[in-house]
Formats: sequence, C-alpha cells, structure tokens
Amino acid sequence: MTADAASAPAGTADATGPEASRGPRARGATAYLRYVAGKLAGAAVSLFAVLVTSFFLFRLIPGDPVKFMTGGRQVSAEQLANYREQFGLDLPLWQQFTDSCGKALTGDLGTSYQFNAPVSDKITEALPNTLLLTGTAFVIYTLLGIVLGTRSAWRHGRIGDRLNTGLALTLYSVPSFWLGLLLIVTLSVGAGPLPGLFPTGGMESGGEEGLAYVLDVAHHLVLPVVTLVAVEYGQTLLVTRSALLDEMGSDYLTTARAKGLRDDLVRRRHAVPNALLPTVTLILINLGRTVAGVILVETVFSWPGLGGLFYQALSVPDLPLVQGLFFVFAAAVIVMNTVADLIYPLLDPRVGR
Amino acid sequence: MTTTENGTKGQGSRAGRVRSLARRRRRASAARFWRQYRTHRAGLFGLGTLLLCALSALAAPLLAGSDVDDVTDAPGGPLEDPSARFPFGTDRFGRNLLGLVIWGARVSLLVGLLAAVLSVAIGTLIGVTAGHFKGWYATVMMRITDWFLVMPTLVLAIALATVMPRSLLTIVVAIGVTTWPTTARLVRAQTLAVETRPYIERARALGGGHWHIMFRHVLPNVMPLVLAQTTLIISSAILAEATLAFLGLGDPTVVSWGALLQDAREAGAVSSGHWWYLVPPGVAVAVVALAFTLCGRAVEQVLNPRLGVSR
Repeated sequence: MTADAASAPAGTADATGPEASRGPRARGATAYLRYVAGKLAGAAVSLFAVLVTSFFLFRLIPGDPVKFMTGGRQVSAEQLANYREQFGLDLPLWQQFTDSCGKALTGDLGTSYQFNAPVSDKITEALPNTLLLTGTAFVIYTLLGIVLGTRSAWRHGRIGDRLNTGLALTLYSVPSFWLGLLLIVTLSVGAGPLPGLFPTGGMESGGEEGLAYVLDVAHHLVLPVVTLVAVEYGQTLLVTRSALLDEMGSDYLTTARAKGLRDDLVRRRHAVPNALLPTVTLILINLGRTVAGVILVETVFSWPGLGGLFYQALSVPDLPLVQGLFFVFAAAVIVMNTVADLIYPLLDPRVGR
Repeated sequence: MTTTENGTKGQGSRAGRVRSLARRRRRASAARFWRQYRTHRAGLFGLGTLLLCALSALAAPLLAGSDVDDVTDAPGGPLEDPSARFPFGTDRFGRNLLGLVIWGARVSLLVGLLAAVLSVAIGTLIGVTAGHFKGWYATVMMRITDWFLVMPTLVLAIALATVMPRSLLTIVVAIGVTTWPTTARLVRAQTLAVETRPYIERARALGGGHWHIMFRHVLPNVMPLVLAQTTLIISSAILAEATLAFLGLGDPTVVSWGALLQDAREAGAVSSGHWWYLVPPGVAVAVVALAFTLCGRAVEQVLNPRLGVSR
C-alpha cells in the first residue's frame, strides 16, 4: 500500500529484523542453503495461502456471477445453466476449489467473464506495461531517494535537510490518484496559460513505428512515472537517511577522516555502502508494494497495465480476473520479500553472527 | 488524592495510597512527555492543525450549514468558478464546495480514527497475547501476522470492500483488518521485553493471573508505543479511506473527501480543466494525513530518544 505512513520505514525494519537475525550463522554454504530452503518453503506456504484466500474471498461477493455475465439481458434458464457449466459454477464449492488449484499449478487461472478470454492471457498481456511503468519509476525513485537521503543525513539538521525531509513527508501524505489528476489537469489538459504538454492517458497514440513509437510511449510514460516517483521516493529517502545517520558516529569514519580522506570520499566510499545494506531489503520490499500500489496510478492515467485491469475487473465484478490479479499482486510482494531475505545475508556477513 | 487524606488504617486505605501514588506518577510522566513533545516544532504544528480540523469538523453545521449536501436544493449553478459567495466554487450539482469539504472532514476523520482504533486494538490484542503466552499459540498468531504482513494491504482492503456491502463500517473494517500486523509485531516485541522485568515476576509470585499481568502490568507499558502507532496508522487510514471512496467503494450517501474527488472525476473536472474542483479535497486529505504523521513522528521521538538523533 502506498499509504503506510512514515511508520513504514520503522515498522518494516522491525518486521524484517527478527527474520534477518534468524539468518545463517555465517558458517559456509550449507548453512546458507538450509536458510534458503527455509525461506523458499515459507514463500511457497504464503503463496498457497494467498491462492486459498483469493478463491474464497471473492466467492463472498453477493449476487450470481452468471447474472453479471449476461448483464441483465433476458436469458432462458437453459442458457444460464449452460453458462454455469461452462465456467464450472454448477459444481460444489470444494470441487471448484480443487479444480482451480490444480489448474493454477499448470498456469491456467480460469476464463474472464468480461473478456471471455483466459485470465492468464490478459495478465501476460498487461504485465509488460506494468513492469515498464513500475520499473522506470522504481529506478528513478530509488536513485532519487538514495541521493537525497544521503545528502540529508550528511548535513542533518541544516536547512537543506529540513526542506528535503519536509517535502518528502508532504508528498508521502498526498494521495497518489489525486496528484495524478492534478498533473493531468495542469500539464495535459492545460490550465490557464499552460498548454497541454502531455497526453492525458493511455500508452500510445497509435500509428507510430520504430523510434517514433518508442518516443511516443516515453511521452505517455512521463506523467504516470512522475506521480509514482513523487509519492514513493520519500520512503527511500527516510530509510536511507536514518540508515546513514546510524553509521555517522562509527569509528571507521573517524579513521577514514584521520587518514586525510576528503569528506566526499569518506561519504561515498565508506559511509554510504555500509548504510545501504539495510536499505536494500527495504527497497525490495517496497518494490513489491509499488506493484500493488500502481492500481490507482494506472486507473487515473488509463495505463493498460495490471492495475487498470484490476479496476475494470472490480467494477463488473469479473471473479476469475479479480482473483488472478489478486494472486499476482500478492505474489509480487511475497517474491520481493523472499528475494530480500535471500540476498541480505550475502550482502551483510554480520547478520546472525 | 482524597484517598490518602481519608484513609489512615486498614487494607482499603493502603490500596488507595498505592493507587494515588500510581496516579501521581502517571500524571508526572504525562507532564514530562508533554514537556518533551513541546520541543518538537513539527509535532506541535501537526497537533495544531489537527485541533483546527477537529474543531471545524465538529462545528460543521455552524460553519457550513446543515443542508450543504442537499442535491435538489443547491444554492449555485453546477461547476461555478470560485467567487466571494463560493470560495472554492461549486460542485457538479451546484453545491458549495467549501461546505462540502468541511462536512467531509467529519467522515474522513471519523473513519480514520475508527479504522486506526480497530487496527491498533487487533494488533495490540494479538501482540500482547502472543508475547505473553509463548508456545503454540504465539507461533500460530505470529504465522498469521506474517501472512497478513506480506499481503498487499491496499489490494486486500479493496477486495474486502468489494465483498462487503457499501457502508462506512465496511471501509472501517476493510482498513482495520488489513493494517494491524505491524502493530502486532511491534507490540509483541515490546511485550517480550517488558515480561523479562522483575516486577512481572513479582506480580506472578504474588499470585497474579495471566489476565492481571497482561492488563495491569504489560498493557500500561506498551501503551506509549501503541499511542505512537495509532497516530501513524490514522494517517494511512485517512489516505486509504480516500482511496477506497475514490474507487467508488465507499458509502455513496455520505460526503467524504475521497467521494468528492470521485464526483469530480465523474463530472469530467479533469478533462474540462476544472482544477479548483480537485484541489480542496485533495489538499485536505494531504494536510490531515501529514499532520497525523508529524504528530506520530514527534511522539516516537519523545518515546525513543535514539530516533531523535537518527531521524
């Protein structure tokens, strides 16, 4: 969730802390492998739990899915029964569940009511667009957060630091969809003297090929990326800042300075690499959440990605599609958490000693 | 105070003395807390903003009139520009936008507070019990917490709000049920730390049961942490409420900031360039969320001075 307040840096740090301390005892490869196996097993259990939840949660929606499919048209009882059979809705619930689990293992997530196409096709269609959007935003907000966070910490308490953290906290409190709408109004539609600089939504104008197509997509990408970066970079900034401040009093920095290193070198070669260690995990966990948080930005900018699809599917409600997307979003978070757990002991050999 | 003056003999008076001593200590520590909190300028700013918002929300009928959300008897034409009569302009039904924003504060603050209270209550209950009763209960509870922790909060909240009937209660439950795991983790860690203290052992030796120890000894000691956590969660709950309402999952009959933004979008304020329709509700959400975040950070810094250096 994008809106996890500033508690998120502290909260997440606390949440991963005990996990990390259960890490390998730094006694070679076997210990690490055992650790990896444990984490992977945990992730598999989580994924299964998500599968179960996504199945049963959405069965609670009141109303008959077949009625939604026919959209209130006059249909005979036979046709309804046909639909039920086609989508397997005539079977008992537990059988529907075991069927859907079995199919999920082979990558079959059912058929969308709305598009009458396999859910997995819709997802693989939209996934690259979401990855393009979140990937671009992720690279930018991470770099921005780290650079600004480092500066803030290095000169903490000064006016620059205060402005930096103040701005980050403010943007952090802004609803992402609102920021997106404002950007569209001012920069796409054009308010007052401002001309419309950017497209209002979508991913392409259509008709372009080659380089022109790439530039066109990039043009469409600007505003959604700016929105995502603005609401997300604060988190990285605060985490980097507090991690670096923890390192600031360390003896090795005094040593580095005593050697006569320039301040700049002390910062870049000594302080920052150490401070980034705890930041890396949080950045990865954040990425998983960004994928889920992108729902609003994609909806506002009509970006043809997973988030926009989720919104469309919700308004029907298109159960198999909602279910499949819910699974994908949760899986993204779980995978990123697991990756963070796995690489952390490799980055920081002190863990678990 | 009166108990110490009245009681000179017997069991009751001693208990009274102890209680008044505890009360005096609590008052002293509250005063100490306030003295330290006062030194955080951002925290004071946040607190001031919140008081202002809370007052205007309470006084909404006086400030904006009680019929401001009446669609049929709107005072202005639809989508009027800001003017002396309507400082923020009018919405798509011709209602006074300033009045609507003031009324919206009620719903947003109420939902934010209730959701945060629910979330923190669940988190504290699970955290304290999982920290107190070790063994299989704690293992199961922490597994559940971990599982909720990896769920994408917003997606889960959206899913819950879709499944349940459209009402404010639904929004409160959807937010509360999805945001408790961080609190549970923090509270459990604190409970484990508190339980190693000698006074817990003393209470146990004197025959204190689980209930007594958890609620008379552990809970008061985790309360400060819970307070800080509540403030921070309110801010995300208000954002989440706006988000859910914007997605059309809120109660369609009440005015909230998120619902106003959804109205604005549906009215085509975005493509027609009516930026002033969009600005006030969004600014309101951001200001209140920021104010709660600032308060929460200040409380955190007072309680944990080490953070004061590092943040």
